[in-house]
Amino acid sequence: MTQPKIEVDQLNLYYGPTRALKDVTISFPPTMVTAIVGPSGCGKSSFLRTLDRMNDLLPNSRVTGHVLLDGEEIYESMDVALLRKRVGMVFQKPNPFPRSIYDNIAFGPRIHGMKKESQVREVVERSLRQAALWDEVKDMLTKSAYNLSGGQQQRLCIARALAVEPEVLLMDEPASALDPIATARIEELVSELKERYTIIIVTHNLQQAARVSERVGFFLHGECVESGPTKDLFTAPKDKRTEDYLTGRFG
Amino acid sequence: MRQEFHDELDALQQEILRMGTIVVQRLSEAVRSLAQGDLDLAQQIVEGDDEVDRMQADIDTRSLALIATQQPLASDLRMLGTAIKVGVDLERMSDHATDIAKVVLRLDAEPLMKPLVDIPRMAEIDQRMIQECLKSFVNRDASQARDTMKLDDEVDHLYGQVLRELLTFMIEDPKKVHQAAHLILVSQYLERVGDHATNLGEGIVFMVTGERVDLNR
Repeated sequence: MTQPKIEVDQLNLYYGPTRALKDVTISFPPTMVTAIVGPSGCGKSSFLRTLDRMNDLLPNSRVTGHVLLDGEEIYESMDVALLRKRVGMVFQKPNPFPRSIYDNIAFGPRIHGMKKESQVREVVERSLRQAALWDEVKDMLTKSAYNLSGGQQQRLCIARALAVEPEVLLMDEPASALDPIATARIEELVSELKERYTIIIVTHNLQQAARVSERVGFFLHGECVESGPTKDLFTAPKDKRTEDYLTGRFG
Repeated sequence: MRQEFHDELDALQQEILRMGTIVVQRLSEAVRSLAQGDLDLAQQIVEGDDEVDRMQADIDTRSLALIATQQPLASDLRMLGTAIKVGVDLERMSDHATDIAKVVLRLDAEPLMKPLVDIPRMAEIDQRMIQECLKSFVNRDASQARDTMKLDDEVDHLYGQVLRELLTFMIEDPKKVHQAAHLILVSQYLERVGDHATNLGEGIVFMVTGERVDLNR
């Protein structure tokens, strides 16, 4: 097997005295979609946030164990700004900046030192095309991002994440606030993006996980109970707890 | 949770048991009609096939509807996949009971050249295999399913024995060819029933464990 893009080994996360993640071990192969599933409160979103060190911002949070990006520890010497450039995040609710569509996308590249406006313009167009949004917004780039529909705003956020050329894309329930048509567009987009990016998507929608992912990790009570190819895990899971969750004989 | 769905799965399982019981009975009666030259019984068996066909279609429709509406996963999904397959195998077995009854009608109560011994034994083992498979289906017992499938070797063995015996009859006396050829057909139908019963076993092992086994070699 090729080297994993991200390898997580014996990862623990504490919020004060609460242990939110327990000895999580899972690896993510490059240019594949891995879905993280599990019931509410199982730690899946917390886990996603450890992968770009978003939990660092919370007081009293503490992490032990290893997270390796291309074999390099992200919790040691790696610069956090650089990490977050390499590992982008898309959230559950679309969160565009209160600025123009153009500036939303241009924000990241400019922060990372891109000065020439012609270059920035190129990045904006490329990112919006990759996020399958360009044709819908190309004539209204100076309008506020708030003019867009929810589904469009979410694709804008994906375009914004892509603008800094990340290697990994983390998506935290990216379609849960969207209607079925907008959801289908996001799922289609995920399939296109996996050609170039390693994607980790948290979802509580098992059918969505079945549709978009090649691999699945099942989380329960802060543990990664089981991970493997989606078709194996969804037809013949190895762990009784996975079985009970998937068949709804649970809780 | 999902109580309604699991109730539906249970009801589907009951329907499969009912169908299996009918198929076992049809095989038993088919061989009895042959042994006794009972043309009325043979005719009833031919006519009874439609009911089994309807049951198979019903199991198929209900399984697909549950997959579409409930989007089952893991063992529930395997159960529904197996239900569809079990329905098909049971329906094929029922067809073979019909095939045997048609042989009886064609022989038209002609006295048998000798009392049947191996053919009823094949039918008994077939019936036992089906019954044991249905039990292992209900009890989710993969090891019972595996054990049951071993009985198919005995059916195959008896088939070889019947074939050799009937070939000898045919060589000795050309007047016996007509009846012997028909009895060979019957033994082949019963041999196929054993293979379908083995398929049931394989499906049940997959349903319970998620593992694929091939015991028809």
